[in-house]
Amino acid sequence: MEKLDLAELGLRAVNRRLQGREGAEETAFEVTGLKGEHAVAAGLMSPISVTLKGHVGYYCAGMNKQAEIVIEGNAGVGLAENMMSGTVRVKGDASQSAGATAHGGLLVIDGNASARCGISMKGVDIVVKGSVGHNSAFMAQAGRLVICGDADDGLGDSIYEARIYLKGEARGLGADCVEKEMRAEHLEELAGLLAAAGSDADPKDFRRYGSARQLYNFKVDNVDAY
Amino acid sequence: MCGIAGLYLKNPERYGELGRLFCPMLEEMSDRGPDSAGFAVYRGAEEAAAKITLYDPDPAFDWQALAEAMSADMGVPVSVERLSTHAVLHAKADPAEMRAWLERRDPPLRIMSAGRSLEIFKEIGLPRDVLERFGAAQMSGSHAIGHTRMATESAVTTQGAHPFNTGDDLCLVHNGSLSNHHKVGDWLTRQAGIVFQTENDSEVAAGYLTWRLREGASIAEALEAALSDLDGFYTFAVGTKDGFAVLRDPIACKPAVLAETDDWVAMASEYRSLAGLPGVEKAKVWEPKPATVYSWGAA
Repeated sequence: MEKLDLAELGLRAVNRRLQGREGAEETAFEVTGLKGEHAVAAGLMSPISVTLKGHVGYYCAGMNKQAEIVIEGNAGVGLAENMMSGTVRVKGDASQSAGATAHGGLLVIDGNASARCGISMKGVDIVVKGSVGHNSAFMAQAGRLVICGDADDGLGDSIYEARIYLKGEARGLGADCVEKEMRAEHLEELAGLLAAAGSDADPKDFRRYGSARQLYNFKVDNVDAY
Repeated sequence: MCGIAGLYLKNPERYGELGRLFCPMLEEMSDRGPDSAGFAVYRGAEEAAAKITLYDPDPAFDWQALAEAMSADMGVPVSVERLSTHAVLHAKADPAEMRAWLERRDPPLRIMSAGRSLEIFKEIGLPRDVLERFGAAQMSGSHAIGHTRMATESAVTTQGAHPFNTGDDLCLVHNGSLSNHHKVGDWLTRQAGIVFQTENDSEVAAGYLTWRLREGASIAEALEAALSDLDGFYTFAVGTKDGFAVLRDPIACKPAVLAETDDWVAMASEYRSLAGLPGVEKAKVWEPKPATVYSWGAA
């Protein structure tokens, strides 16, 4: 395991090392000296494991492919934005737009996530052990968002085909987001996601939400309104 | 974009460290707002004594003559303390009377702040240079609020920099932009007699709070009311003589993070601004919720 002190090396040098651009046989890294810097461990492309020992700023682990990244602190705006694959786990809280536009992989938030968690998600799985802020899963296209706590206003607003599993209460559902039946395949899917995230929550305590599909197409009946 | 940093000391034993703790916080927000910077410091309030902070770009401006003229008219001794392009006038008087005297002066002087403990300093330039110019690191006091500006809706000028003060000891910094400030500003000017010195939307927000406070609201109540009267997107940090408050609009586009220990409460646009504070690793750190007023002290 290789130790990297960001305070000493600087952000660019640390990211270059993690991205394997300086020739890398090492597959495990620990980064210290973090003070909320932006874009830490962004653009990683290989199946390495990285532990970030402290708080990180905006866009941490953005665009991640294959790497397994653990943040032992809180994360700023846009955590794991546009992640393609791999795993990102934050032990503290995540700020707004966690997992935004992410295509794949698993994002686990042990604490709470704030507004717009999973906005426009395109295939990522997100498990939040705490609660999420307003407009989470806004325009979410594919993937699963699991919320073990509560959701603030506008959950799943204008959602496409992403699935939301919520254990607590939603303060309000967004446009075109409705509760749906929890069938056996959903319980099984959720059990798998909870296990992957290391949560012992019971899938039976969750409800499922998704798109009512009423916003998909223009309705000819409304033509007079234009 | 803009950056905000605020530090409110709960433990009076730390008052001597205010500037030293606060300066790195504001400097860290430099890349959110490199155009200009400003800060408000609350210090040395004396019963029945007033302070007015003034600005004039002329390095040879005769502040002593101004103090003497004011003293002669008001019948009380007025002392003056010069800091770079700013000067602080002190007198045993009502801050409103001193402000009124200055507003009558022709040509008018730029009033940065008025009150009993508040002093505001702001200038164009990098935050580090602005802080150094005024010797901010050496300042002691109970709380400080600062702003680094990336101008969007009005010019990069000293006057357009934050914080804004429109009533005794109240100051406001703002990250965001308001959409109904012309209408609200007009109403406050005509109906409530609030005097604005700039075209800046944030000054209107400060004026709005001043009006609410004058009508008897607490700062928390005034901010609650602002949620329905001010339209736009904003994170506000507000200081009063002995209080500190934070508010984000209901959509909360603009970032904010709060941290609190037994000794202090700190707020900034980003966590990295707070990362150097003593005991931050054990602090409670959280993101203020949208449309929720957070306040400390007598706010």
